[in-house]
Amino acid sequence: MARRLERIDRPIKVLTEDIYALSSLRTMLYVAAPRLLPALLVLLIPVLAPGDYFQRVATLAAIYGLLALSWDFIALSTGLVSLGQALFFGVGAYLAGLLNLQFGLHPSLTLLLATVIGATICTALLAPCLPLRGIYFAMTTLVYPLLMARTIEATAIVGGTDGLVGVASFPGVWSERYLILIFLLAAAFSLRRLMTTDFGLVLRSISDNDQAVRASGINLTYYKLIAVWIGAALGSFAGAYFTHLYMFVGLSAFSLDLSILPIACAVVGGLGTLAGPVLGAFILVPLAEMLRDLGTLRIVAYSLLLVALVLFKPEGILSYLKRKYEQVERWVEV
Amino acid sequence: MDLLVLKEVSKSFGGVEALTKVSFAVAQNEILGIIGLNGSGKSTAVNIITGFAAPDSGEVWFKGEEITGFAPHRIAGLGIARSFQTVRPFHNLPAYKNLIVPLYSSRIRKFTESGRWGDRDAVAMDLLEEVGFERDSQVPYKPASALPHGYLRRLELARCLALRPDLVITDELFSGLSSSEVGSLVPLIEKLQARGMTLIMVEHRLRELFRLANRVVVLDRGRKVTEGTPAEIVQNSTVRETYLGAEL
Repeated sequence: MARRLERIDRPIKVLTEDIYALSSLRTMLYVAAPRLLPALLVLLIPVLAPGDYFQRVATLAAIYGLLALSWDFIALSTGLVSLGQALFFGVGAYLAGLLNLQFGLHPSLTLLLATVIGATICTALLAPCLPLRGIYFAMTTLVYPLLMARTIEATAIVGGTDGLVGVASFPGVWSERYLILIFLLAAAFSLRRLMTTDFGLVLRSISDNDQAVRASGINLTYYKLIAVWIGAALGSFAGAYFTHLYMFVGLSAFSLDLSILPIACAVVGGLGTLAGPVLGAFILVPLAEMLRDLGTLRIVAYSLLLVALVLFKPEGILSYLKRKYEQVERWVEV
Repeated sequence: MDLLVLKEVSKSFGGVEALTKVSFAVAQNEILGIIGLNGSGKSTAVNIITGFAAPDSGEVWFKGEEITGFAPHRIAGLGIARSFQTVRPFHNLPAYKNLIVPLYSSRIRKFTESGRWGDRDAVAMDLLEEVGFERDSQVPYKPASALPHGYLRRLELARCLALRPDLVITDELFSGLSSSEVGSLVPLIEKLQARGMTLIMVEHRLRELFRLANRVVVLDRGRKVTEGTPAEIVQNSTVRETYLGAEL
């Protein structure tokens, strides 16, 4: 007798979807838990982390999480696949360093300015590439970080190969620990919220079918620019934060790792889910640290784990968890 | 008064002349049919009118204003809506949410946001009902990817109507539909015309088109062969030979 796996929505999911949403404590918890629990966990990291080392790993995970979120947002909204997250990161990182060293601005101000100015610069750089699609857009974004790094190297501006040293650190350990986490949570939640509005719906439809969007009287370029600006702002913030964290910025701010790892995080966490890539970062970054003992074989083990994750859970961890949370599975005879 | 005028429009793709000095006009509240064999330049003409392709030479005028080479969104904003030959819904969105996109365009947004027409979801449901979706059923809430072909064609039409256009251009609206499905679309088109809408219909289904159209333009290998009322076209001997053949 042939069998097939049947998936049915949990009664409580059906119950909370409609007008009954707030009928009992249980349904309220069901709706709130997937949002509150991760947020609470993230906010508790600085309190619970057993030492500076763990703290630093969590901070790095948050930085990569922000880059992965930025990547996923641009891909989800406009369908543009960026291979150049390092551009956003590097521009933000160098801007923060310059603003601090040249004008003596306080980190809170450099973070803000680097985010806004960095996003604007990156958007201006990418603007000519926006009509490109698929692999062509990806190619151009791949080139930009290299172009920036080689320019800095060749012209020896902004510190050349030495980078910028002596950038101010954060005023205190708590502001350093909490700032990135709060920004990450705020970004993830507001982007998820944005995508459910009509504005977000228009953004999402661009990746689906850009011709119909144009025929519907929507200025495609304008919406793509907005999406790229938002994505670039997140990446620039991550870079600026990194500069103040290490009190240094160098050519490594444009390194290929920063372009590739966010994509890996997004794939592991779940493409197009926004929260998934953040989750992916909090899995992959600590994983890379744990494998440090393996020495040279670290990359091999890391890559194999990555391939295994993609092979066995191609939908991504968050999509998998979401399905388990919302549906029950059972075998039925056909 | 002529709503849309094409003046000697030419377009070639890498040496192949898709359109050669094609001129025609559409009068206010008229239904103009465009027929021709595959490769005769029908879709190219639609793309040029709607800004998806720029002509090599010639002019396009709409409401007494030249719109040659305008971007698609700008032309849509002026009130020209088009459907696509291959149905292109926003697959991931529920059917009614598909209409949010045109309703969010700058042409329409000012009306929906002032609340004069009610909120966008309500306007979308009204539009879907107008093109024949059953309001009280599951259908409007299904993702567009799960809709049957007939509904997708209607959804395309609704997406055009959402723009409150002055001119609707349909590119093979009837293709891939059963006779009864086409039969149910015909009264809808008639209703739109009765409401004052102007339409250009590119069609292969001549029987239904000739029922609807006031005038028909015949294209052949990028050139306009003739134009006239459906009765005249049916009588035209060259058209009968090259195109109509056995069908009529």
